Amino acid sequence: MKAVYERPRTLRDTPMHYCPGCGHSIIHKLLSQSIDELGIRERTIVVAPVGCSVLIYNYLDCDGSEAAHGRAQAVATGLKRARPECVVVSYQGDGDLAAIGTAETIHAANRGEKFSVIFVNNAIYGMTGGQMAPTTLAGQPTKTTPFGRDPKEIGPPLRMCELLSGLEAPAYIERVSVHDVKNVLRTKKAIKKALKNQIEGAGYSFVEVLSMCPTNWGMTTRQASSWIEENMIPYYPLGVYKDRGKERNAK
Amino acid sequence: MKDPERVVIAKECCKGCELCIDACPRGVLEMSEEINSSGYHYSVFANKKDCNSCTLCAVICPDMCIEVYK
Ligand SMILES: Cc1ncc(C[n+]2csc(CCOP(=O)(O)OP(=O)(O)O)c2C)c(N)n1
Ligand code: SF4
Repeated sequence: MKAVYERPRTLRDTPMHYCPGCGHSIIHKLLSQSIDELGIRERTIVVAPVGCSVLIYNYLDCDGSEAAHGRAQAVATGLKRARPECVVVSYQGDGDLAAIGTAETIHAANRGEKFSVIFVNNAIYGMTGGQMAPTTLAGQPTKTTPFGRDPKEIGPPLRMCELLSGLEAPAYIERVSVHDVKNVLRTKKAIKKALKNQIEGAGYSFVEVLSMCPTNWGMTTRQASSWIEENMIPYYPLGVYKDRGKERNAK
Repeated sequence: MKDPERVVIAKECCKGCELCIDACPRGVLEMSEEINSSGYHYSVFANKKDCNSCTLCAVICPDMCIEVYK
């Protein structure tokens, strides 16, 4: 018999610290598979955020750099401009990318920096114990909004794909999810495309991944998957928000 | 050497999230009665005859505990 599914070369054979059923670990695997398939492990640099995925450099066997909270895309900008032959990936949570790092995100996108972003939207601050994130849904209870987020008081949840697709420069923006097998396979395609865009010099590519945080949502892993389907996707519709490659081909 | 089984699950690496159980379209996997050294019930390759090596359990496994052979 032949192996039809095995550990990608880029994903180190070491246990990950993530909670059971955490979407981060699935996304690490998909990123590793994409790096393998494109044969770019030796020239890939993954910029780690602050958040649960701060330890991504322990799991991916490629180059990496740690950034201060929210500053991953500023670091990625420097790396990509200094070493344009490298494939630079900024991997960030929603607190990192859409709260403390909003300015870095918007300006990197607006400059059309030629790196790829993986944005893990789990609607909460995972690492610090479940405080409200900019992406927390209306009515969603968290440690800092025990009665649910009230949009009248703190504004509605930020939709980053929609926001960034209003800018001219980004090349590719898509929202995907990892709550079931079908969507995991779609997410893999999106991540690979974001890397391929970079190899081809296409410019800023942004993949938002809806991801489970069963621990801080106070749910079982199965409930967390259903919660994405029933609550997150209606507010954060999946799909391609921008694809300049396609637009170019259509002309 | 004996051929490996279609599905090989690293029981010590399983965190018992059960996502593979739902992913398998043929109901092949089951959760163990026992716990592993981390204290989790782990996924077991149970109804072996029904498996067609579709890989879906491995695709969803967050911890890369499942290898599939065909
Ligand atoms: C400058 C600074 N402010 C605040 C913190 C505390 N802090 C650590 S992680 C985090 C939020 C992480 O949430 P998110 O980016 O959503 O990632 P997740 O853990 O959910 O994957 C915060 C506020 C910090 N480390 N540094
Ligand atoms: S707290 Fe949430 S995001 Fe962090 S490892 Fe656990 S499940 Fe994942």
